[in-house]
Amino acid sequence: MASPELHRFTLPNGLRVVLAPDASAPVVGVSVHYDVGFRSEPEGRTGFAHLFEHLMFQGSESLEKLAHFRHVQSSGGTFNGSTHPDYTDYYQVLPSAALERALFLEADRMRAPKLTEENLRNQIDVVKEEIRLNVLNRPYGGFPWILLPPVLFKTFANAHNGYGDFVDLESATVDDCAEFFDTYYSPSNAVLTVAGDLDVERTKALVEKHFGDVPARPKPERPSFAEPAPQGEVRQEHGDPLAPLPAIAIGYRVPDPVTDVDGYLAYLVLAGVLTDGDGSRLQQRLVHREGIVIDLNAGCGLFGPLEARDPDTFSITAIHSTEVTPDQVITAIDEELQKLAQEPPSAEELAKVTARWASTMHKEHDRLTNRTLGLGSAELLFGRAELIYELPERIASVSVDEVSAAAKALRPDSRALLLVKPTGGAQ
Amino acid sequence: MTTASAKTHRTAEEIGRTTTGPRPLPELGSQRAPAELSSVDTVLPNGLRVIAVRRSTVPMVEVRLRVPFADPAGSTTGSLHAAAAEILANTVLTGTESRTRVQIDTELALVGGELDAVVDPERLSFTGNALATGLGTVLDVLRDVLTSASYPAEEVERERGRLVERITLARSQPSVIAREALQKLLYGDHPYAKEMPEADEVAAVSREDVVALHAKALLPRGSVLVLVGDVEPAEAVAQVGEALAAWQGEGEAVQLPPLPPVKGGDVRLVHRVGAVQSQIRLAAQVIPRTDERYPALQLANLVYGGFFSSRLVENIREDKGYTYSARSHPEFTIHGATLLIDADTASDVTAAALLETRYELARMGMVPPSQSEVDVARSYAVGTLLTSTSSQSGLASFLVNLVALGLGIDYLVEHPQRLQTVTPEQVAAAALEFFAPGNFTGVLVGDAEQLKPKLAALGGVSFQ
Repeated sequence: MASPELHRFTLPNGLRVVLAPDASAPVVGVSVHYDVGFRSEPEGRTGFAHLFEHLMFQGSESLEKLAHFRHVQSSGGTFNGSTHPDYTDYYQVLPSAALERALFLEADRMRAPKLTEENLRNQIDVVKEEIRLNVLNRPYGGFPWILLPPVLFKTFANAHNGYGDFVDLESATVDDCAEFFDTYYSPSNAVLTVAGDLDVERTKALVEKHFGDVPARPKPERPSFAEPAPQGEVRQEHGDPLAPLPAIAIGYRVPDPVTDVDGYLAYLVLAGVLTDGDGSRLQQRLVHREGIVIDLNAGCGLFGPLEARDPDTFSITAIHSTEVTPDQVITAIDEELQKLAQEPPSAEELAKVTARWASTMHKEHDRLTNRTLGLGSAELLFGRAELIYELPERIASVSVDEVSAAAKALRPDSRALLLVKPTGGAQ
Repeated sequence: MTTASAKTHRTAEEIGRTTTGPRPLPELGSQRAPAELSSVDTVLPNGLRVIAVRRSTVPMVEVRLRVPFADPAGSTTGSLHAAAAEILANTVLTGTESRTRVQIDTELALVGGELDAVVDPERLSFTGNALATGLGTVLDVLRDVLTSASYPAEEVERERGRLVERITLARSQPSVIAREALQKLLYGDHPYAKEMPEADEVAAVSREDVVALHAKALLPRGSVLVLVGDVEPAEAVAQVGEALAAWQGEGEAVQLPPLPPVKGGDVRLVHRVGAVQSQIRLAAQVIPRTDERYPALQLANLVYGGFFSSRLVENIREDKGYTYSARSHPEFTIHGATLLIDADTASDVTAAALLETRYELARMGMVPPSQSEVDVARSYAVGTLLTSTSSQSGLASFLVNLVALGLGIDYLVEHPQRLQTVTPEQVAAAALEFFAPGNFTGVLVGDAEQLKPKLAALGGVSFQ
């Protein structure tokens, strides 16, 4: 795909806007990324950023409760929101006739959301059901995204559970919501992205019409979440009464993706060499040759690569047979990392990873939801929406020596080990 | 959240209003029609139906091959088909006469490609994609596995062990427990109910059984291959014809035997010790996608629980907070369709959620969807057909499912037109006929100790 044109401008109130026209299908995507995620929530309010995301769907000055959903869906569109460590996103993907409607809906809640006690209590209940569904009532719930950070990190911001503790969720007040909104949901702290079937000049005029009078508020100062890498190997066990098999997660630190994106990408390529496809190093050895691992993954970022600022995580996870100890699996992984550290992977191994990443990126861009969100998060985190189009080439330029150096940097003396133990007995 | 000190933020009331006041919702603009799709739909001499569609949004190609692969036995009792089919799907890509497992992966990877095989009670499905320039490689690998998969003994042995562990993992998921219990309740020992084999059945299947199943059942006649991507349809079809000409076989791929109709009845409680949340799963018989009343049923289902702005979601999630996830959706086989209702709710509100779920079913008949409810559902149905088929992978998956139900690519143009003509009266008729609570049966998975008192009082629930 020819790298599509991007248009950028900033409104007087500070809202950054990215337009990415593409007329291949008569559909359009609109997203807003706010520069606040669960790393910013204060102690005693775990899960608040996510709870607040739910409240943003509960009505605004021009929209009664339920109206947001109805207006998107009656326009033939889909919507969602999600909360990440460093940002929170909201989107609609709709037939392009509904573009102005989507901009109106996002502007209305950026300007004046209705934050009420009734909606807060209702959404606390809904979020608790979400947590029961995704964490408490299932095996491997929160593995590894909730369970690994407290082993790898020490500060509250980096280590705590972004889904939140029930006690904290229940303590949330409407005034907490007002303060959170006023502090973090200012237009100067957000990126609006419009991608797909759009006319640039007309869209620009519509953006100005709907977002232009969202009052300016100061952009909050973004704290540094930096903390030192772990000293030594930090081990923690987690009992899971629902899990039938043991699992491990190994967490390492990676280079800052904002200041050293190419350094970060070497780890992404390393992940591919280790676990992508039957021919990858760890799949071949652990899953196919030795048959001790049932499910295996490696990658940058617990929400996917380039989805967070520093400090970010490289993780290797494995669900393994009860016939081997976690240390046998960990030793085998260390041996494979050692081999890569001593002798770089072959050019063919890298060519495989590079070609598969090129395909993956094409597929992501072909789905308008993913393209819109990808452009928005790249603009917010890296100041460069076009990064998502440059990735295949930048990944292809990672050298075998850089991958070897990345493998060498995944040292046993600075990492987190999470061991999930089945505690439910035979069921 | 900060303490005491001077207040630095507005109140919620101040935030929620501006001097301008509420603003009107903008009207919809005019909608551009999607570009017409260039496609070829043909049957190869070996009996394989091939559909190729050009969509050049990205330089990729998506491949879907669907082989009907049902158990020819009428009953799963004593049948090892499910186990043999599962092992076959997990080992068909592990080696051929000319390629090892790693060679297959390497060749595909070098053209940015992937190819996977999965099996269910109806079909064996190969799903793949690659850079469009790599289509030849994908087709050659596909030819190789279809015509000369070698099922290396050590691969079969290892996958057998892994399969048992993966089945154990799957069965620890509450959603899987609920699905298996529901299918068993609806279909008993019919092959459709058996989505996963038992460990002892997996152990009883030999490599020779798998090889024999491949020879007997992996057949081109009755199967369909869909290609969507940056390709010229006629050239792509010619390429498939050449690559897969060697794929031959006697007879026709085995379709699912007819299913017994789903009858209404009590919801069966399935005990899961210590569960903190319950799975409510209801089902009723409805009409197939090819029925002329289907568009009305589709809209009625959306109004009931088929999307977020539905009666069920607005009631049990947005009003009462009983659930995060509630939905209703049709499930199709070649023989017909069922309507399924799913909701996961905390134990203490499970009975109340079941009550509301039934109440909304009855309300569909008694207080039929209004003109405005029907219009919202209609726009959603038309719009999401457009958005969900706007990507290569979305279109490929949608098409392969349509074709299996006897429909074709024309559906993408004709179905929106059918939806436009549906009247509220037709939706009301579908609502009255298909949403009657008495039509439904189902299962409820949860902690029986906690659930029993309220469910017993509610009624219509049977306890094992």
